Formats: sequence, C-alpha cells, structure tokens
Amino acid sequence: MSTNVTLDKLSRQFPRSVVETHTHRGDATAIVRKDEILAICRFLRDDPELAYDFMMDLTAVDYLGKEPRFEVVYHLYSLSKNQRVRIKARVPEADCTIDSIVSIWVAADWFEREVFDLYGIIFNGHPNLKRLLLYEGFEGHPLRKDYPLKKRQPLIGPLN
Amino acid sequence: MTDSAKNLHTEQMVINMGPSHPVTHGTVKFTVTLDGETIDDLKVDIGYLHRGFEKMCENGTWEQVMPYTDRLNYVSPLINNVGYALAVEKLFGVQAPERCQYIRVIISEMARICDHFTNIAAGAMEVGAMTVFLYFVEARDLLWDLLEELCGARVTANYVRFGGVKNDLPEGFGAKTAQAFETCRKLWVDVDKLLTKNRIFIDRMRDVGTMPAQEAIAHGFTGPCLRASGVPYDVRKAQPYLVYDQMDFEVPVGETGDNFDRYLVRMEEINQSMRIVEQALARIPRGPINLDMPALRWQSKDDTYNRIEALIFHFKTVTEGVKPPAGEIYSAVEGANGELGFYLVSDGSGKPVKCRVRPPCFPLTAAMPRMMRGRLIADIVPTFDMINMIGGECDR
Amino acid sequence: MGITTAFSTEEPLGGSVVLTKLEAAINWSRKYSFFLYPFATACCAMEFMAVGGPRYDLDRFGAALPRFSPRQADLLMVVGTITHKQAPILVKVYNQMTEPKWVMAFGVCAVSGGFYDNYATVQGIDTLIPVDVYIPGCPPRPEMVLDGLMKLQEKVTKEKWSDWPRGPAPVKMKC
Ligand code: SF4
Repeated sequence: MSTNVTLDKLSRQFPRSVVETHTHRGDATAIVRKDEILAICRFLRDDPELAYDFMMDLTAVDYLGKEPRFEVVYHLYSLSKNQRVRIKARVPEADCTIDSIVSIWVAADWFEREVFDLYGIIFNGHPNLKRLLLYEGFEGHPLRKDYPLKKRQPLIGPLN
Repeated sequence: MTDSAKNLHTEQMVINMGPSHPVTHGTVKFTVTLDGETIDDLKVDIGYLHRGFEKMCENGTWEQVMPYTDRLNYVSPLINNVGYALAVEKLFGVQAPERCQYIRVIISEMARICDHFTNIAAGAMEVGAMTVFLYFVEARDLLWDLLEELCGARVTANYVRFGGVKNDLPEGFGAKTAQAFETCRKLWVDVDKLLTKNRIFIDRMRDVGTMPAQEAIAHGFTGPCLRASGVPYDVRKAQPYLVYDQMDFEVPVGETGDNFDRYLVRMEEINQSMRIVEQALARIPRGPINLDMPALRWQSKDDTYNRIEALIFHFKTVTEGVKPPAGEIYSAVEGANGELGFYLVSDGSGKPVKCRVRPPCFPLTAAMPRMMRGRLIADIVPTFDMINMIGGECDR
Repeated sequence: MGITTAFSTEEPLGGSVVLTKLEAAINWSRKYSFFLYPFATACCAMEFMAVGGPRYDLDRFGAALPRFSPRQADLLMVVGTITHKQAPILVKVYNQMTEPKWVMAFGVCAVSGGFYDNYATVQGIDTLIPVDVYIPGCPPRPEMVLDGLMKLQEKVTKEKWSDWPRGPAPVKMKC
C-alpha cells in the first residue's frame, strides 16, 4: 500500500478506474482507465484536500510493440499542498482517443494539440484540435516510434 | 462615442504579424483580427522552430541529449543543462557531490541573470529604448566572458555532466565575478534610472497584458510571469534542489500581473541572483566535482589513453551510452521563464524512450490571445516581449 | 582608399582627381553600406545580438542598420535553424529583396542543418536560395561573423555588372 494521500484518495474514490498506483523515486503515479479521465481530473482539482490547481505538463509516450500502445501522461501540481502527482492513461492504437481536459485546465489546450500533432492521439471535445508545431499537409505523426527519423516532407525545395 | 460613429459602417481587418517580424525574436505568427486598432481576435501559430528535439533524443544516447538541451532555451543554456543532469541523476537515484552542487547553483544563477538581461534589453529596444539594449548586452557580455572561461563557449555551454560538471572553476573565478558584478550593477542602476520611472515606458507597459492570479494559474503560468501576478511560486523555494535551501534570497512578486510588474520582477531577480552567486562563491567547499561512479561518467582522458580497461570501458559507454535503471521520473528546476521540467522514461537501455521537456514559455505563449483580446495592436509588442517566448524552448 | 585605380593619369592632374572604373567605385560603395535583414530564428540570434552590441559593433563595417523590410535590405543574414515550416517564408523574403542582394548563412544550422538532421529541418539554406558567405560555428563567435562579413566585402569588390540580376530563387513551391 502506498502512503501517498493523493493516491489513496484517488483509489478510494475511483476504485474501478485506478488500475495501479506506485511511487518511484518520490514521484507518485496513478495509472487510470482513460474513460474516466475527465472525472478523475476534476476530482483532483476540486477536492479541497488535494487542490491540484496546476496542469504542469501533458504529453504522451509511444511504447511500440506493447498493448495498449500509447500512454497519455499528466503532471499535476498543487500549489497549496506543494504536491505533485503523475496520472497516466493508456490509449490503445485501435481506439486512439481520450477525453480532452481543456474544460478543467485551460492550459491543456496547446499541450493536447501538440500531442495530437506529434502522436496522433485525438482528444474528444477539444475546441480546436489542429496541428500546432507542424504544418498542414504533413502526413503522419513524427514522434511515433515507427516514423523514420529522416523522413522529410518539405513544403518547398528538395527532399535532401 | 457619438451616434454617427456608432452607425458608421466598419469592417474587420485581418493582418498577419510574422513569422519574420522584427519583434518576434522567436519566430511566431500572429493572425490579428482588428476592429480599427482594437484586437478582436488573435491567433498564435508556433512551430517555426520545431527542430525535432524529442526525436533526436530518442535516437541518441543519454549523453548526446545534453548539447540539445543547450539549444532549448538558448538564452540560459546552463539551466537546461543542470535541469537535465538532475533529472538523469534522479533516474539513477544519485546526487552530485557538494562542490558540484555549488557550481551548478552558480552557473544556473548566472544563466538566469543573462536571460533577464537579454529579455529586458530586447524588450526595451522594441519599445524604443535603444540605450538599454546596448547597456544590457554589454552586461551580458561580461558574464559571458566568465562563462566562456569556465566552459569554453559563450552561448551553447554543454558544461554539466551526469553526477558532476566538466571541469572545476578556473583560477580567480571569484575575483573576476566580483569585478564583473560591479560593472553589471552599475549598468543595472543606469537601466533602472532609464526605464523604471520613464513615462513612455510605463505607458507602454502598465496595465497591459494583465493576468489575474487565478487565471494565470489556470493557464499554467510559472516563473516571473506568475510571480508578477502575485503568486510566490518558485521551484527553488517550493521544492529546493541543489543547495538552494542554504541560500538566502527573496522571491520578488508583483501585484497586478501586467507587463510592468513582469519587468520589475525580472529586474529584482537579477539582484537576487547576484546575491545567490556571491553567497555560493563565498561558501563553496573544497572536494571532488564529480561522482566517483564509472557507470555514470566517461573515464578521464588520462585513463582512456593509458589503460586498456579504461579504453574499453570508454568505448562501451560512448557507443552504448550510460544505462539508467528502467523507470520514469519528472524533475523540475526553476528556469529563467518558469518551471522547466524534464520527464524521462528509461527502459534500462542506453537510449531514452522518452525525453520530454516541459517548456515554461509554452503556456505563456498560449495565453497571448487571452491577454490581447480587446487591447490595441501596439500592445502585442511589449506583451510578447515580457512573456519572453523563446523559440527553441517553445517549439523544441 | 580601396578603390582600384584603372589608369595612371591621376598624378599629372595634381592628385585632385581620382579616376576609376565605375564598376569598381560602385562596388566599393556597396561593400561599406550593407543594409541587412536579420532573418533571426534560433540560438544564433543570441550571438547576432552580441555582434550588433557595443563590444563587437557591426557598425564599423558599415553594416549596422538592420532593415526590417526585405525591400530595403540587400544583405540577408540567415541566423539560425531553418525548418521546413519556415522554408517557404525564407524563399519569399529572398525573392522580395531587390537586387543586388547577398546572403549570409550564419551558423552551421543555416550552412548545413548542423546537428539537427531529422524530419523537421532543412539541410542547409543553399538547397533553397543562393548563398554568398558561409559562417560555421554553433553559434559562430562574433569574430567569426566579422571575418565572414569582411570576406563578403572582398567578394563584392570583385563583382561585375553582368553578375546582376540573379533572379528569383530557383526553388518552386510545391502544391
Ligand atoms: S548553429 Fe547552433 S547555435 Fe546556431 S541556430 Fe543552429 S543550433 Fe543554434
């Protein structure tokens, strides 16, 4: 059993959605089912004992060859409690979607667009899910492990 | 407004600012919808400096990431170095020796000073104060001279190593720093006189780009911009790393969260950072600068050239990379723009599975539309300057 | 004075007259009056600031006045990495500049792509536009930039009327 308040509360509140919790090198992590991500995030922000008011980082990892293939990773920070937590939601390749959390933290807007751009994960309910770092016309998602490092898609000029 | 003015037929105009525009020192494109001079809507398009940082990291060894981190926030590369090294050390579960920690504090703070100098220099120049630019670029050059002596490069340092730093402080570093700081302080006072009570500067900055604390938090602001809104969040205080808990310094906060407060916070942070450097230099203990842990470091050149085992070991670590244990960590330091976090995933091999940077200026840039709606088009320039978007970090 | 005199008839005229080829005179004036357009994108811009700053002072070479409209500039300084997203803009800016115009590749990223060899970056701006002077370094030291500028000045003195106009960049937009 972990002794982390956040993880305890979270497991108690969402017994079915929290798949696994652990603490590694002081980083509390909860792996959750993606269906309830919205409710979990709202709980983490609104619960007065947790009060995770900062959405610090949102990214994804591609574990090519494993199933489910992707993991969307949220790093939250609570200013009043000076606590951090990492929430991970696994996303299979076949159903490459997860709910957008822009309604909870506005900050997630661009972070989600970036993940969509680079990994091709679709965030349901995002107000403006378009490419952010790359350009329209770019095919594929470069941070997927199966995208070749040097596959170029220039807008102008030779392929070099 | 008179009735006739209200009934006048007006049309909205859409104009493009950037991507190659003098004030966008990173490259960014604003698509501004204007009603007269008032901004109705602003769209920000970034990614013009997306250089595939993460992809490059995943295709190199853990050590090879270090030079790429230099080029994230290229105004304060040393903080990125330190941040990344701390993250990898956390993955290993080790800590650098004390002397090294002091050195890291010194270089981080110097980098922060350089960053704030550059930011204020560029920001002031873009609202017309050319002298400030000349003064602060000179001040920055003085510090760069010191850093060059320390690590051999002016901008892209690549100085920090896992479990240590590349080399010790050079002879007479403390005295030279004291000398440079003296000149920097003079220049600081001059700039303070030129700007802080300057009617034009105040008019351009005051009450522009205001962000109330609650909204700043929701938008993910960190660093000077968050502190300008009155939230005293600083990673160095909240979750002290290195030896920051032994340093005596203050965290300046603003009141309204407008551009002028951001400027004031940065000016004061320059002073505080100088204080930290001076304390650290006075207190720095003797001792090793590197962890004695061969799995983490390359062998010394002496050994590599003279002992066959060391040569073989060197060959292996260089080609295969150091191998952190499998796991994932998030480690944050206070960058010049805010919380600079590294999220690393290792599968126990020589290459990172994931090397993610939490770029502090990314959420700041994302909040541009919120700050600019309903303002004048001329307000874009000072606001964009004061959030200090750095292309390398924002777009990676 | 730096102007190559073409004839030796100046002396009989008492030294009060300078005779030269018009081409040489124009080249001479061009080389000391670059109006530069800093196409600053990345880390190299930090060194560019230092070069323009008080210590290294680009002004001494007559190249201090940055023009932020390509139409008014004749030296395009490409300072930093050019990504594929940025490439069409670079070409557009180049084509908008009036002739004569020169291009300086500032830093290895502009020269060859530097150590970013991946899906996002252009491998050297000379795949897009003609380049006159390459300045290696990541970022180049200010001394190196000044050296590069002097090399460019040398090059300008040797130019012929027939070298101009160069015409638009050879690459075309892909649809
Ligand atoms: S050459 Fe080096 S310093 Fe210059 S833009 Fe490229 S990476 Fe940055």
